[in-house]
Amino acid sequence: MTGFLVRRLGGAVLVLFALTAILYGIFYVAPGDVAQIACGPRCSPAQVAQVTEQLRLNDPLYVQYGHFLQGIVAGRDFSTGTGVEHCSAPCLGVSYQSDQQVTQLILAKLPVTGSLVIGAFAGWLLLGVGTGVLSAWRRGRLTERVLTWLTLAGAATPVFVIGLLLIIVFCSTLQWLPAPSYVPFAEDPEQWAWGLLLPWVSLALIESAKYARLTRSAMLETLAEDHVRTFRAYGVGERAIIGRHALRGAVAPVIALSALDFGTMFGGAVLTESLFGIPGIGRELVHAVKVVDLPVVVGMVLVTGFFVVLANALADVLYALADRRVVLS
Amino acid sequence: MTTHDLLKTTREPLVRVAGLTVDFGSVRAVDGLSFTLEAGGALAVVGESGSGKSASAYALLGLHRGTGARVGGTVEVAGTDVNAADDAGLRALRGAKAAMVFQDPLSSLDPYYPVGDQIAEVHRVHHRVSRKAARARAVEVLDRVGIPDAARRSRLRPHEFSGGMRQRALIAMALACEPQLIVADEPTTALDVTVQAQILDLLHTLRQETGMGLLLVTHDVGVAAESVDDVLVMRDGREVERGPVARVLGSPREAYTKELLAAVPRVETRRVVPVPSPRAEEASVPLLEAVGLRREFGRGNGKVAAVGGVSLTVHAGRTLGIVGESGSGKTTLGRMLVRLLDPTAGRLRYGGTEIGSLSEKELRPFRRELQMVFQDPVASLNPRRSVGESVADPLRAAGEGDEGRIRDRVGALLERVGLDPAHFERYPHEFSGGQRQRIGIARALAAEPKVIVCDEPVSALDVTTQAQVVALLAELQRELGIGLVFIAHDLAVVRQVSDRVAVMRGGLIVEQGSADEVYGDPRDPYTKQLLAAVPALDPGLAAARRAARKELAAA
Amino acid sequence: MSEALLVKEAGAAPVVAPASGARLFWRRLRAQRAASAAALVVLLLVLVALAAPLLTALAGQDPNAYHPDLVDSAAGGVPIGPFGGISADHWLGVEPQTGRDLFARIVYGARVSLGVALVATVLQITLGLIIGLAAALGSRWVDQLLSRITDINVALPIMVIALALLAIVPETFPRPVLIALVIGGINWAGTSKIVRAQALTLKSLDFVSAARLSGRGKWSIARRELLPSLAAPVITYAALAFPSNIIVEAALSFLGVGIKPPTPSWGQMLTEADTWYQAAPTYLLLPAGLLFVTVLALTVLGEGVRTALDPRAASRLRVGTKSAKHTEGGAA
Repeated sequence: MTGFLVRRLGGAVLVLFALTAILYGIFYVAPGDVAQIACGPRCSPAQVAQVTEQLRLNDPLYVQYGHFLQGIVAGRDFSTGTGVEHCSAPCLGVSYQSDQQVTQLILAKLPVTGSLVIGAFAGWLLLGVGTGVLSAWRRGRLTERVLTWLTLAGAATPVFVIGLLLIIVFCSTLQWLPAPSYVPFAEDPEQWAWGLLLPWVSLALIESAKYARLTRSAMLETLAEDHVRTFRAYGVGERAIIGRHALRGAVAPVIALSALDFGTMFGGAVLTESLFGIPGIGRELVHAVKVVDLPVVVGMVLVTGFFVVLANALADVLYALADRRVVLS
Repeated sequence: MTTHDLLKTTREPLVRVAGLTVDFGSVRAVDGLSFTLEAGGALAVVGESGSGKSASAYALLGLHRGTGARVGGTVEVAGTDVNAADDAGLRALRGAKAAMVFQDPLSSLDPYYPVGDQIAEVHRVHHRVSRKAARARAVEVLDRVGIPDAARRSRLRPHEFSGGMRQRALIAMALACEPQLIVADEPTTALDVTVQAQILDLLHTLRQETGMGLLLVTHDVGVAAESVDDVLVMRDGREVERGPVARVLGSPREAYTKELLAAVPRVETRRVVPVPSPRAEEASVPLLEAVGLRREFGRGNGKVAAVGGVSLTVHAGRTLGIVGESGSGKTTLGRMLVRLLDPTAGRLRYGGTEIGSLSEKELRPFRRELQMVFQDPVASLNPRRSVGESVADPLRAAGEGDEGRIRDRVGALLERVGLDPAHFERYPHEFSGGQRQRIGIARALAAEPKVIVCDEPVSALDVTTQAQVVALLAELQRELGIGLVFIAHDLAVVRQVSDRVAVMRGGLIVEQGSADEVYGDPRDPYTKQLLAAVPALDPGLAAARRAARKELAAA
Repeated sequence: MSEALLVKEAGAAPVVAPASGARLFWRRLRAQRAASAAALVVLLLVLVALAAPLLTALAGQDPNAYHPDLVDSAAGGVPIGPFGGISADHWLGVEPQTGRDLFARIVYGARVSLGVALVATVLQITLGLIIGLAAALGSRWVDQLLSRITDINVALPIMVIALALLAIVPETFPRPVLIALVIGGINWAGTSKIVRAQALTLKSLDFVSAARLSGRGKWSIARRELLPSLAAPVITYAALAFPSNIIVEAALSFLGVGIKPPTPSWGQMLTEADTWYQAAPTYLLLPAGLLFVTVLALTVLGEGVRTALDPRAASRLRVGTKSAKHTEGGAA
C-alpha cells in the first residue's frame, strides 16, 4: 500500500512538473510580445523596453523558465521599477494588472470557491446517489422511467441555463431569496448560507444527474452478477440485496468520481461563479483572460491542474481502498 | 428423531417433480420432466449443454421467478409447492430446507464481504439469532467442511481463498441452516481434478453424516458415478433414461446413453490409432526441440517463472501430450513452442534452425509452419470477419492473390474438417462450439504446417463433440504426418491421443515417457495423485479410488 | 457528462461482439422510440443549420441588420410590440436595443453550435484514435510516453484551458474554428484511453494470435482485426461527447470568451438576455430552450446509439437477435 501511494504521488509530481513546462511554453513563449501585453496596448516603445528589462525577457528562454520554476519552489524577487519586491514560495508571479502577487490573489479566493463547492458537493452526492438507488430498486417500473428522464434532462441542461432560470424565478419574480452573493462564513454564517443557496442548488441539480446514472448503472451491474443470485437462492430479501450487496458495488466508482469532481470544481467552478457573481477563483480567471493578465491565468491554471492531479491520485487510492478486489500494483 | 428420519417414516418424498416445463421465450428448455427423490437419497442429473439440466435444478428453488422464464408443472420440495408458493414461502424454503451450491465459487460469493459474514447473513435470514451467534455458526460450518483455521479464515474475503476453499465455503453456506436437500449445479466443473476429488469426497462424507438429500447436476458422467445412487440422463429437456447408477452406467438401455458413455474418454483406454513402428521415432530427427525453455513474467520482486526450464521434442506424425492442472505453465509452454511468447531463456530449435531468439521479422518464414489450435472457440475467431476470410488469412499472407484459387482452397479445407464449403461467408456466431473448433483447425491447416500445438482444444466442448474433434485431429495427423502437441488438463483425453506424455506441475515437467509408461506405471507421486483423482465411470471402481485417495492423503 | 463517466460508459461496450453491420444497427436504433424521436429532432436541427441562409432569405431578414425603429429607445431599448416584438416580418421577435431579427440569429446560431461541436468531436476522436492505437501497438516506451501525456491531458480541466488559450490567440483568427480546435485539441484523452484499453484487450485475444501465426504483419493485423472492433466503443463515445461539446461552446460564449459578436451564438445570446428577462423574456427563453432541446435530443440519440451497438442491451429490444439461445443457467 505504501509503495502504491509513493508511486502514485511520485507520478502526480511528474505530471505537475510537465504541466508547468507546457503552460510556460504556451503562455510565455507562444503569444509573441509578452512585454507589450504586460505593459498594455497604449504603452510607448520606451515603456515596453523598460518592462522587457523588468521582466528580464531578454534572458534565454531556459533561464526565464528556470526563474519561473525557482519562484514556485523557492520564491524569487521582482523588480517593480522603483524597488525590489520579494515573492515567497510558491511564487506564481505578479499580476500585470494589479501588481498583486498571484499566490496571494489565489489564496484570497480559495475560501470563496471552497464554500461554493463544499455545499454543492454535499447536495449532489445526496441527491445523485439517492436517485440512483431509488431507480435501481424500482427498476422496470414507472418510477425508474421518470427518474431516468429527469436525469437525462439534468445532464442536458447547462448549469448557466438552470442558474439563470432559478435566479429569475426565486430572486426576481417570487422574491423569496436575496440575490446570490458571498458573505464570509466567519462574518455571518446565516447570510453565507442564504447567499450561496441558489448556486449550491443549481450546481447540485446538474451534477447529481451523473451520480444518479453512475449509481444506477453500477447497482444494476452488480444485481446481474452471480453472487446476488446466490443470496436470492438462500432466501435473502430484496431490501437486503439492494441495500447491502448491490449498493456496495457502487461505492467505489462513486467515491472515485467524487474525488475527481471535487478537485476539478475547486479549480474551476467557472460558470457558476460567473453567473452568480461569486468572487471565487473561476470568476477571477475569466476576468484575467479578458484582460490578458498572463501571470494570473497561468497561476490559476496551474493551481487548477494541481487540484485535478491531486484529486486523480486521491481517486485512485480511494478506489483501491473501497474496491478490495483491486490488487494494488 | 431428526427431520430426516421423520420424513422417511412418513414415506413422503423429499422432492417430487411432475410434468415440469421451463420456457425461455419461444425456447422450451425443460419439456415435461418428472422424478422423485427420497429423503437422504442422491440423484444426479446428467446431460450435455442445452439439455435443460440446470434449468430443472433452478426450478427446484423457484429461481426462475422474476426472470421472464415460464415454469409449468408441479415441483414439491420438502413439503413446499414451489410454483404455487408466495415470495415469503419461497424465501422460507431457500437455504433453510433446500440449499444450492453453484458452479463458479469465485463469482458466487460477494467479493466485498468476508466469507464468514456472508454465511452468517444467510443464517440470520432463517434463524432469529444474534450477529455473534451467527458468526459462531459460520465458523462452525467452515470448520465442518474442512477449512483449516476456520475462525481466522472466516474473516477473509473470497478472493483471498483458493478455488477449492471457495467451493468448500459455498458448501459451508449450504450447511449453515441444516437443509434437507442440497442442489449442486456443476459444483466441481471449475476446479482441478485433484481438488474436484476432494470436494466430491466432502459431499460424500457430509451426506453420510447428516443424511441430507443431494441433487447433483453435472455434464461429467464420472462425477455422477462417484457421488450418487441414481442417475437421470437428460437430452433436449426430456428424460432419456433413469435408474440406479450402476445399472445405467453399466448396462445402458437407451441409444443416447450408450452414445454418451462411448464418447467419454477413459483413462484406462490406450491410444486407439495405430502408430508406425516405434523404431522409426528413435531414428527420426525431431521436428521441434526445446532445451531448458524458460519463461518469466513480471519484473523485480514480482518476477515469477511460469515455465522454469523444460526440455522436450516433437516428432513428425507423432503426438506429445502435455497434462497439468491450472497454473502448471502448460499454456505458456505451448505459446512459446509456436513463438507467440518469447522465451526468457533456453533454446528452441525447429528443423535445424534456432528460432527461440529470432526477431518477429526473421521469424516470418517459419510462422506458417508452426500453428496453434486454441481453447476458447469464441475468442479464437474474429466475430466481425467471415469464417472464410479467417481461414484464408494464411493463404493471403503467403502471397496468394487469386480470389478464385483462395475460395477453392478454403472450400476444400472446410470440407476436409467436416463443414460445408459453402459456409465461407458465414460469421462465427452462426456456428456451434464444435464447428468453430473445426474452423480453427482448418485455419491452422491452411498454412500447411509441420507442427500444430493444440491448447485444450476440446475442454470447452461436450463429450460427444469432443470425441469427434479428437478423431478429426488423429485422422489429419495420419494423413499429413503433422507433429502434434496436445495440451490438456483431462488425463483421459490426453491418453487417448498421445504417443508420449509429459506431466507438468509448477512450470516443470515432473514425468515424461510413453503414454503406457506414464499411465500404467507412474513414477512420480504427483502423477499418481492425479491418476487417483480421475473420476471412474464404474461406481465400484469409484469407491476403490476413493479409498486409494484416502491412503495417498494419509501417506 | 463528465469525462470519467463517459470513458466508463463508452468503454464498457464488449469488444468481442458479433458483427452487427449497418443495417442491423439502424433496425436496433429505430426500435427505440425515444431515440427515433430524438433522431428526428436532430435531423431537423441539422437541416435548419444547413439551410440557414435559405431560411433567413425566406423570412427576408439578415442576422446582423439593425432595426432601431423596432425598439423603444426611450424605455432603454425594449422591443416594441407583444412577445418581444413578434410580427409578420420578425417571426420570433427582435433583439432588445439593436432590433436585430431573432429568427435569423437563432438559425445562424444553430449553425455555429452544431458546426463547432461537430468539428471538435471529429478532431478529438481522430486524435484519440491515433494516440490510443499507437500506445497499444507501439513499444513499451512509446506506450509509457503516450500514457503519461494522456495523464497530463486528463489533468487539464477543459473549461479552464480553453479559457486560457482563448486569451492568447489573436482576435484575427476565425473564432468558431479556433473554439472547435481548442475543444477538440485538448479533449482527446478520453478516446485515447478507451482505444488503448480496448486494443490491448483485443491484442490478447486468440484470434489476434492466430492472425500473427498466419504470418501477417502488424499493421495488417491492426487494420483487419482491431479497427473493426474498436468502431463500436468509439462511435458510442463520439455520440455522447457531441452534446457535451455543444455545452462547452455555449458556456465559453456565455462567458464572453467564445464566439464574438456579431457572429450569433446561443450561449452569447444568453449572456445578453440575462439583463432583459423581465422586459423581453422570449429573448432569454429562445436560446435557453433550444440549447436544452438540442443537447437533450443529442444525448437521447447518443444513448440510443450506445444501446444499438451493445449486443447485450440490444437483445432486450428483441431485434436482430435470433431467439436468443437460452441454454444452461438461464436463470439469474
